[in-house]
Amino acid sequence: MNRAFIAALESIYPPQRLLTRDVELLPYESDALTAFQTKPAAAVLPDSDDEIIATVRLCHEHAVPFVARGSGTSLSGGSLPIADGLIIGLNRLNRIKKLDPQQRIAVVEPGVINLSITEAAQPYGLYYAPDPSSQSICTIGGNIAFNSGGAHCLKYGMTSNHVLGMKVVLADGTVTQFGSESIEGVGIGPDLVGLFVGSEGLFGIALEITVRLMPQPELYRTVLAAYDDLGRAGDAVSMVVASGLLPGAMEIMDRLAIKAAEASVKAGYPDAEALLIVELEGETLQVNAEFEQLRGIIEASGAFEIRVANSEEERARIWKGRKGAFSAVGRLSPDYIVQDGVVPRSRLGEALVEIGALKEKYGLDVANVFHAGDGNLHPLILYDGRAAGALEKAEALAGEILALCVNLGGSITGEHGIGMEKRDYMPAMFSEEELDIMQALRRAIDPLEIANRGKMFPGGEAPALKQHGMHPLEKAGVISRE
Amino acid sequence: MATAIEKCVHCGFCLPACPTYSLLGEEMDSPRGRIYLMKNVLEETLSAADAQPYIDRCLGCMACVPACPSGVEYGDLLVSYRMLQERERQRPPLDALARRLVIETLPYPKRFRLAAQTGRIGKALRGALPEAFASMLNLLPEKLPSPLPAPPVLPARGELRAKVALLPGCVQQALAPEINYAAAQALAANGVEVHSPPKAGCCGSILLHVGAEQQAIELARRNFGQFPDDIDAIITTAAGCGSGIHDYELLFKDQPDADRAAAFARKVTDFSAFLSSLGMRERTGFAHERRVVYQDACHLLHAQGQQSEARALLMQIPNLRLLPIADAGMCCGSAGAYNIDQPAIAAELGRRKVASILAAEPDLVVSGNIGCITQLRQQLKSTGNPLPVRHIAEVLWEACAGSE
Repeated sequence: MNRAFIAALESIYPPQRLLTRDVELLPYESDALTAFQTKPAAAVLPDSDDEIIATVRLCHEHAVPFVARGSGTSLSGGSLPIADGLIIGLNRLNRIKKLDPQQRIAVVEPGVINLSITEAAQPYGLYYAPDPSSQSICTIGGNIAFNSGGAHCLKYGMTSNHVLGMKVVLADGTVTQFGSESIEGVGIGPDLVGLFVGSEGLFGIALEITVRLMPQPELYRTVLAAYDDLGRAGDAVSMVVASGLLPGAMEIMDRLAIKAAEASVKAGYPDAEALLIVELEGETLQVNAEFEQLRGIIEASGAFEIRVANSEEERARIWKGRKGAFSAVGRLSPDYIVQDGVVPRSRLGEALVEIGALKEKYGLDVANVFHAGDGNLHPLILYDGRAAGALEKAEALAGEILALCVNLGGSITGEHGIGMEKRDYMPAMFSEEELDIMQALRRAIDPLEIANRGKMFPGGEAPALKQHGMHPLEKAGVISRE
Repeated sequence: MATAIEKCVHCGFCLPACPTYSLLGEEMDSPRGRIYLMKNVLEETLSAADAQPYIDRCLGCMACVPACPSGVEYGDLLVSYRMLQERERQRPPLDALARRLVIETLPYPKRFRLAAQTGRIGKALRGALPEAFASMLNLLPEKLPSPLPAPPVLPARGELRAKVALLPGCVQQALAPEINYAAAQALAANGVEVHSPPKAGCCGSILLHVGAEQQAIELARRNFGQFPDDIDAIITTAAGCGSGIHDYELLFKDQPDADRAAAFARKVTDFSAFLSSLGMRERTGFAHERRVVYQDACHLLHAQGQQSEARALLMQIPNLRLLPIADAGMCCGSAGAYNIDQPAIAAELGRRKVASILAAEPDLVVSGNIGCITQLRQQLKSTGNPLPVRHIAEVLWEACAGSE
């Protein structure tokens, strides 16, 4: 980073918002994936759109790479700094500029925390639907970069389904508006909002985002069904989907996961090969009517035991085991690898059978806890790291499961994105032509490749990640990869 | 320390809870940032002097502890780190003098009274000294109240339900002797025999908070043996004392009287927690409705996990309406001696806290901590607002006595 560039930054920022000393930059060298650490050459903390725009233009002019960063909560290394690059910290841009309950929209700055939108909308009976598990701290800017989902994305979709428009500064300094404040504005011409959402920061920075707000559900109804066969639970999911019902959540746990949950939180679950939890939410009349239909489907699905939650306490009891299951699997094995992949939900049963076969082939245990509704699988591959060759075997199995997901028409990541973590898996999912198109698009917008350089695309100079077992937060049950 | 540092996974869940992060918006002034800096200092990849300003800016409010999913013991880490650094730290002369004044005056009611009353510091130095001194002076009231010693033993009224001793505290004795007086009366009214041991003094917490380890140990020691053995609890009426005493384990680590310190700490309970678990017997209440905001002291809420105890007591009082406020868990900026060390941040946090209190339109603010009370009074005074701020012991005594 040259002196002229720093001098130019000094003309934009007061000293306390231009960080160049080691002590100031060290805390920025990782996001929530600490396996990667890179100290940036400098960091700036803009207070306004204009400062961001001026900064990006300066980066373009001096060919200095930059990484936009909100709360630094990426679990795939998405906001890892670039050595000799600049960090643009957006967390101070945390104003909700407008909240219109009639139009059910909010206009927010990129550093606004996801949950803050819901808190602001609550007095009007509204909320912001995408709910990643880090929603109490992750920012909308990061949600846009990674098209974040959450436990309820089955019914309500991901971030891309909730962003109506945005003002952006592209990596070459162009400032423009995508989409508009109205739903009708979407769908005319190419979907540029859709292009920007999920681009992992490679196109530029969203400056002002218009999001949809939804009415809060009036009622939740929850049912737990026990099966003596995992495939049958998977089939039940297909039956629910085929019936036209759209539950807020559908979760499956297999025998090993149930065992772990019982050991950990004593949820009092039935002794079964598989448990299915289905929850409906929405307006009272509709939910009650749909619940009768759901009950019929579950009864016809071959469940040997059905429990219906008749109170908030009973609902909490059903969820307690599910929420604790992921972290509890750690009790069954000293080490394990968590895989995060997606299959089309119509092929869920098939995927589970295949995983069962792989399990036999490798002679390793695999526990399954997953968000069945949108086909997001989380096989936990159990192994003992002290045994020679066990890790390699488990890794090979994990790789095969990912390949299986892709072969079935699914995806290599459910929620965390590619970032640094899964760059090298991109060719498994996308053809050379597809990757070329992505690169061409990126270069059209960012000819110098300065925006979040080194992320998402395979290759690059950074080392591949070797992290085994669950993320410590997953162990604590705070986040999950659903 | 190593365990606490290793446990931190840099997830960022602590960020929204941290007052300095919300104010300054930079990673260095966040819990995970500070942990990272401490880690680098301990690993000798960063100089302690470089990291110091950021560690100094930590309020020690502990709001990050309950927010942490990985269970990082930030409090233990901070206290240990501060003790370690203070042993080697070189301060500029004026800072050193200000700190000396804090350490040598605050824990000793007599010296504090003398310093304040004669105006020796005030008149001679006001205006001529840096911000640290001015803010110290600002905290002093125009005139100190007369001492109001509680009787050595205040008998329980009605049936005897428990026997306790009151920890006298330090600054509080000089600034607000009416708090312990009211606490004793409120307890007695509820069937508690209250001892006020004449030779007991400062528990050392305020010194522990600023990392003055040796002085803290000496003060703490003076209290051992000053309290009767047959009491059910030692009651504190200041949040910082309670949480500091619960850190005795850390303070007395490797000390010959560690067991004694631990036994002492086990007996210590906050006034509200004690009365709430004993159950209030007297609650005549107020003649007219009082709209009350309860101000959580960080060292009760975050450090001791007491969210509901004081509220439960207040809600039992007839004609008392408890009002919720926004960001109740956010520090008011008092934080022990923080408003002396970091006056600008303390003042801004105070302004924010007062704004959220006023939004609830109360006619009384109640807190369980002298630090919060002083800070809020000062903030309210600077805006010319006459809203009274009182200690919960005073309000409960008044409510028990049925006066209005």
